[in-house]
Amino acid sequence: MNNSEKFKRWSITEWRIIKTGCTNFVRNAWLSIAAMAVMLITLTIVLFSVIANATFTNTIKQITDKIDISIYLKDSVTPENREKLVKQMRALPNVKEVTFLSKDDALVIYKKQNANNKDLLLAISQTDNPLPASLQIKPKNVNKIAEIKTFLDKKEIKDLQSDETSYSGDRKEAVDKITHATDFIRRAGIIGVLVFAVISMLIIFNTIQMAIFNRRDEITIMRLLGANTSFIRGPFVVESVLYGVISAMVSILLLNGLFAVSSSTLEATSLGLLDINYASRYFSSHFWIFMALQLGVGVFIGAASSIIATHRYLKFKTTK
Amino acid sequence: MILLDRVTKTYSRDTGAALDRISLHVEPKEFVIIIGSSGAGKSTLLKLLTREEKPTSGKIIVGGIDYSKLKDKDIPLLRRKIGTVFQDFKLLPGKNVYENVAFALEIVGMSNKEIDHTVPRVLEIVGLKGKEKRMPMELSGGERQRVAIARAVVRQPKILIADEPTGNLDPKHAWDVIKVLEKINRFGTTVILTTHNQEIVNKLKRRVITIEAGKIVSDRANAEYHS
Repeated sequence: MNNSEKFKRWSITEWRIIKTGCTNFVRNAWLSIAAMAVMLITLTIVLFSVIANATFTNTIKQITDKIDISIYLKDSVTPENREKLVKQMRALPNVKEVTFLSKDDALVIYKKQNANNKDLLLAISQTDNPLPASLQIKPKNVNKIAEIKTFLDKKEIKDLQSDETSYSGDRKEAVDKITHATDFIRRAGIIGVLVFAVISMLIIFNTIQMAIFNRRDEITIMRLLGANTSFIRGPFVVESVLYGVISAMVSILLLNGLFAVSSSTLEATSLGLLDINYASRYFSSHFWIFMALQLGVGVFIGAASSIIATHRYLKFKTTK
Repeated sequence: MILLDRVTKTYSRDTGAALDRISLHVEPKEFVIIIGSSGAGKSTLLKLLTREEKPTSGKIIVGGIDYSKLKDKDIPLLRRKIGTVFQDFKLLPGKNVYENVAFALEIVGMSNKEIDHTVPRVLEIVGLKGKEKRMPMELSGGERQRVAIARAVVRQPKILIADEPTGNLDPKHAWDVIKVLEKINRFGTTVILTTHNQEIVNKLKRRVITIEAGKIVSDRANAEYHS
């Protein structure tokens, strides 16, 4: 047999494998639908939990970003002393950023915040600017504010301050609780997603294995007729890969629809801790990555589980 | 064509040997009938020939292929040279009559043109013309067995193995099947047939090998069968 003839036979066979896989997919419609439903549900839940995890992480980050420390400076503090203080603070390991807010800036912000209160604005315009200049310190790690606090409590620095140091005002207690929980939530989220992904793979694998178990006689017959491994296994792989592709696409479309509907019709932008607007944006900005991931996972699980599941029925007797 | 030299097959130590030191020689184009009661070892013998089972000891050579040197990946190639008909037909339930027969040719990578040329002719030989689109479920037992025979012979094998092909059929259909086997034998295919049917044995007047308890107890040409 020359090469061109070999290629011709090879391409006929490959084409037949694909065609048979598609035909079986249609002929076993109910089985296909059942298998795809399982895949669809699990893939959707896994993707949803990935998005939910990202959204929680974002929410936590937003909350912790708001945590800052403000120290209010006496009017007597000179610019030189102020610069010296800022330098000292920037040298602290846990300080991310120090911003200076002058008396004038503070007044502008105050006026803006109280724009509706005409009496207050009038009163403030008739006196000298009563607001102190301040320094806002953003910590790198909100769980380790204590270091900064110790520094600020030193006597020579206390002397420069006009008021008590503010740790994000009234929210401090709530913020403390949340920040202590953040690490735990982040880790639990990632572990949860991983565990769920593994369980889903097992469920999908089991479904495909059951589908192939139902047709093990066919495999045995084909074996007896002298079909080689790839010719028997190929259509099963094609069929399972089709399950994967279709359920991945439907899963993406389903989530797409879900986010589109929920962010447009739900008046509330969040369900508890889940910020739907953010989740929706996160989903659409990663749409193609998710699409590729879902397809990749669907195709991989489909192919792997059908290859493993057919293996045992394809084995030749080796015992004597 | 087929050579067995002191072949023994033991499935497990408790049950003893299913085949015990069997030696057998079948010439090309021969028609051999193997008889014997259930559990005598007929099916085991055929399973050894198709390499569904491996012999515990002894030598098997079929069509020049020494089974002891056969690698797993070559087993499909061996089976393509042997046509097999089973008592329970073993048709592919998801494929229609035409597709079941065509499948045997698809395995070997034959082109659609060749398949479209060959399959109808074989279906005509076994008398199934016009039933190409039927599914196995819609056929009678005799028709199903004829599909199986068509599938077994469509590749024009040198050897045809038929394991009680008439076992599930009524007398009329059984004879149809036997006639097809004789026709194929006349075209030059070696046929190995196992059966319980005394009438078939007596009418065919061919070489008859009797197996009892894993041993060949008689091997006679043009024999008749007396139970």
